[in-house]
Amino acid sequence: MSVRLILAALLLVFAGPVAAQDTLPPAPYAYRQLDDPALEAKAQALMETLRCLKCQSQSIADSDAPMAGDMRHQVRTRIAAGEDPEQVRAWLIERYGDYVSYKPEISATTWPLFAIPVALLALAVLIIVRRLRKAK
Amino acid sequence: MIAEFGLAALWLSAALAGLQLLAGFLGLRQSGSELSALVRPAAVTQALLCALSFGALLLLFARTDLSVALVAKNSHSDKPFIFKLAGAWGNHEGSMLLWVTVMALAGGLIAFLERRLPERTMLATLASQAFVGLGFYAFLLISSNPFERLVPAAAEGAGLNPLLQDIGLALHPPTLYFGYVGLSIAFSFAVGALLTRQVTPDFAKVMRPWVLGAWIFLTLGITAGSYWAYYELGWGGWWFWDPVENASLMPWLAATALLHSVSVLASRDALRAWTIMLGVVAFSMSMIGTFLVRSGILTSVHAFAVDPERGTFILVLLAIYIGGALALFAFRAGTIAEGERFSVLSREGALVVNNVALSAILGIVLLGTLYPLLTEAFDVRVSVGPPYFNPVGAIFFLPMLVVLAIGPLLRWRRDSFARIRLPVIAIAVVGSAVLLAGWLIAGIALMPLLGMSLAAAVAVGSFLPLRGRSLRRLPLPVWGMVIAHFGIAVALFGMAADTAFTREKLVAAQVGETARVGPWSVKLASVDPVAGPNWTALEARLLASYRGGGEHELKPQARSFWTPPQQTSESALLTRWNGQLYAVIGGEAEGGRWQLRLWWKPFVTWIWYGGVLIALGGFLALLGRLSGDLRRRSAQAKIAARRAPETVSEPVEVVA
Amino acid sequence: MTWLRWVLLALVAALFGLFAWQLSQPKDEFVHSAMIGEPIPEFDLPAAVTERPGLSSANLADGQPKLLNIFASWCVPCRAEAPQLAQLEASGANIVAVAIRDRPEDVAAFLEAYGNPFSRIGKDDISAVQLSIGSSGVPETFVIDGQGVIRYQHIGDIRDSDIPKLLEELRKAGA
Repeated sequence: MSVRLILAALLLVFAGPVAAQDTLPPAPYAYRQLDDPALEAKAQALMETLRCLKCQSQSIADSDAPMAGDMRHQVRTRIAAGEDPEQVRAWLIERYGDYVSYKPEISATTWPLFAIPVALLALAVLIIVRRLRKAK
Repeated sequence: MIAEFGLAALWLSAALAGLQLLAGFLGLRQSGSELSALVRPAAVTQALLCALSFGALLLLFARTDLSVALVAKNSHSDKPFIFKLAGAWGNHEGSMLLWVTVMALAGGLIAFLERRLPERTMLATLASQAFVGLGFYAFLLISSNPFERLVPAAAEGAGLNPLLQDIGLALHPPTLYFGYVGLSIAFSFAVGALLTRQVTPDFAKVMRPWVLGAWIFLTLGITAGSYWAYYELGWGGWWFWDPVENASLMPWLAATALLHSVSVLASRDALRAWTIMLGVVAFSMSMIGTFLVRSGILTSVHAFAVDPERGTFILVLLAIYIGGALALFAFRAGTIAEGERFSVLSREGALVVNNVALSAILGIVLLGTLYPLLTEAFDVRVSVGPPYFNPVGAIFFLPMLVVLAIGPLLRWRRDSFARIRLPVIAIAVVGSAVLLAGWLIAGIALMPLLGMSLAAAVAVGSFLPLRGRSLRRLPLPVWGMVIAHFGIAVALFGMAADTAFTREKLVAAQVGETARVGPWSVKLASVDPVAGPNWTALEARLLASYRGGGEHELKPQARSFWTPPQQTSESALLTRWNGQLYAVIGGEAEGGRWQLRLWWKPFVTWIWYGGVLIALGGFLALLGRLSGDLRRRSAQAKIAARRAPETVSEPVEVVA
Repeated sequence: MTWLRWVLLALVAALFGLFAWQLSQPKDEFVHSAMIGEPIPEFDLPAAVTERPGLSSANLADGQPKLLNIFASWCVPCRAEAPQLAQLEASGANIVAVAIRDRPEDVAAFLEAYGNPFSRIGKDDISAVQLSIGSSGVPETFVIDGQGVIRYQHIGDIRDSDIPKLLEELRKAGA
């Protein structure tokens, strides 16, 4: 079962029917690193947290889909132009919504994602402390 | 004929499961009922018939019988034989048949082997196993019949997804299945114990090897799946926090917690209710994972037709089994006495921390996986990925590792810090030394640095329990624990090193050109077309040299399959003890250049070596438990023989 | 802590409720643009074919509402929506287009075969305009008002049944 979905995700990496594939070479910075290693590292870290919109279940750093390549080009050129990674993320979120970013920000819709682990932590401490007390 | 035979065997085993449930239930209601004698034979026969049914499906795939719809849809006569067989479980219907087969086999095995439990608990366990099995039989027979005929027969099969045509992936799903479904035994034991209210150390000892067995398969399956994704995806990633991966991780987390709490129950008669709950939760996670993946409600991947009818069916089964078991737990758990007490500074105390931390991580993975589903209900779409799971999981994972390094040094029930002061100082010194060295000398980022420091601490800590003990007399399960914990350290070091030290190089290279990545220089020697049985490919010949040393050849391929038409990239890996060189050939670039992707990944293989060590540790523990059980059994037989020599006609030693 | 057990049971029940609800809902596979109501970002694309001029953001703010079609010659559903685009053009819609990752000769052949309802066609080889307006595939069709503000997004190929809605949106945008 798990396999089927991994596969399905893969199918999209290698982008479905051959007929519906463009033949244009990839965007300049789709498969080319920035010359400055520090900037490239920033770009790479960011790309790993952005969703490939074509493949739906992969980051743009792990996808051969042409659109992922175009997104990598955007990220690299913007970082090279001196933009902060979080600015680039915000630029994409402005266009595609929170869906495009794998890094949920604390907001009206996502606060439980952060509140529940805190509650779990409290609960964990509570359970352990109660065990401790009972032992005495 | 084979298909009809397989289907008939499947119906029969479903009927036997019904009989097993009924007889078990009636046997429980009126003790001493003659019906209860039917339960064990029914379970064993059911297992045999179900295995026959799966064998029939394998045979159909081996022969590429195109008059069977499932074969026609998922196989092709040109395919290599091993992948024809793998086609049997590389689809929905076949994998569900494998699911019920594993369930039936597990039930049959406990019916055949297990004689230590009180008969009532045994009846309840087997009845519960049959009850769960029945639902999946119904699912298979009503909505997913694998033996359906195709009239008229197809002239040729549609082929198997090329990505399934890989030996690692062919074996990965059955391994995971044995793990997922093996946990059904723990579930049934838990339900059985809840029904009869008999939760004892003996019960835990009976349950433990089954949990261990399933856990070993899960560990191997996840390790193999991660390695497969690593080399097949072609981008060097080995864990993506993808819902599908999370679906396999969650049962593993629960099973790992269960494994430790069942040991506490077996040795110390404590954590009774908690163990029972984990037994229920572990298999529930397997079922929820199956539901999430099969119903298609989670990933929005278009490639597979998703069937809401099947999703509904599984959901109803889930509600009955998980809801039922948890409700039973909620009602009954209060009537199970809590068990022995212990001090917090004790082996049990450390294991409680481990259990709580694992459960919390499980909760976080579940939350992160399902959260997008929740917000979708309010028309908001979010993505939860590595930037969430890694740091939030670490809140619990890192303290758990500290306890993992120290816990095995502690004695059961009560211990004093003074006794273990020396080893604890040793562990702390090693951990801090790595932390400081990594920070000051290598300048590693915080998360991988913490990982490396804890890996070193856990590595040292895992061997310290051997101190002052005779290695030859050391029981196998202790070896198992040492090796499994050391495996955690190895895997963790691999993850941290990969994160901290990976070097990436993307180039558009001309033939003859050399690229550098980390300590490697890689020359593109040639690019040639090659042909396989059902694909053609462009193959690059790369000559790689490590720090100017001898040349090694790598041959990554860009493959095109034609049934069905699809392109894949086959990465080429060069493994050294200290890492892997990873090479992928992409498309053709302008000016007769080729896109090459190269990675130098120091110590990345340690991730999977660690996984294998963890599984090996489990295997040693299992071996130790089983041989211990066998010894005990023969000793008991001897005692019985001495007590009543007149009733034994043959020397007991021979029997034992 | 007996209450925890009941909390657990309640959580599981809620979870199943969520699953059941999600199963009953049609899955929305599309990624919708978050740019509806926003002015179109600045861009200036060269012409994709010789017989039509290129497209810039200024062209989209010339006072007349337009349909902006994102297409490609290599995209199969784009062929399927060609008659509907022709029909929209016949109904008076001014349709401009962006060709994604495409070669001029391929676009020309595509227009030759399936008709050319476009008054302008910009050439976007790196999906830059597509990314800037939150579009995630081909074909997609946007309604842009006379001030260059994005008013509506249609994802996927245009079917006959979609035409009235698109014309209505165009009318609302001031046509």
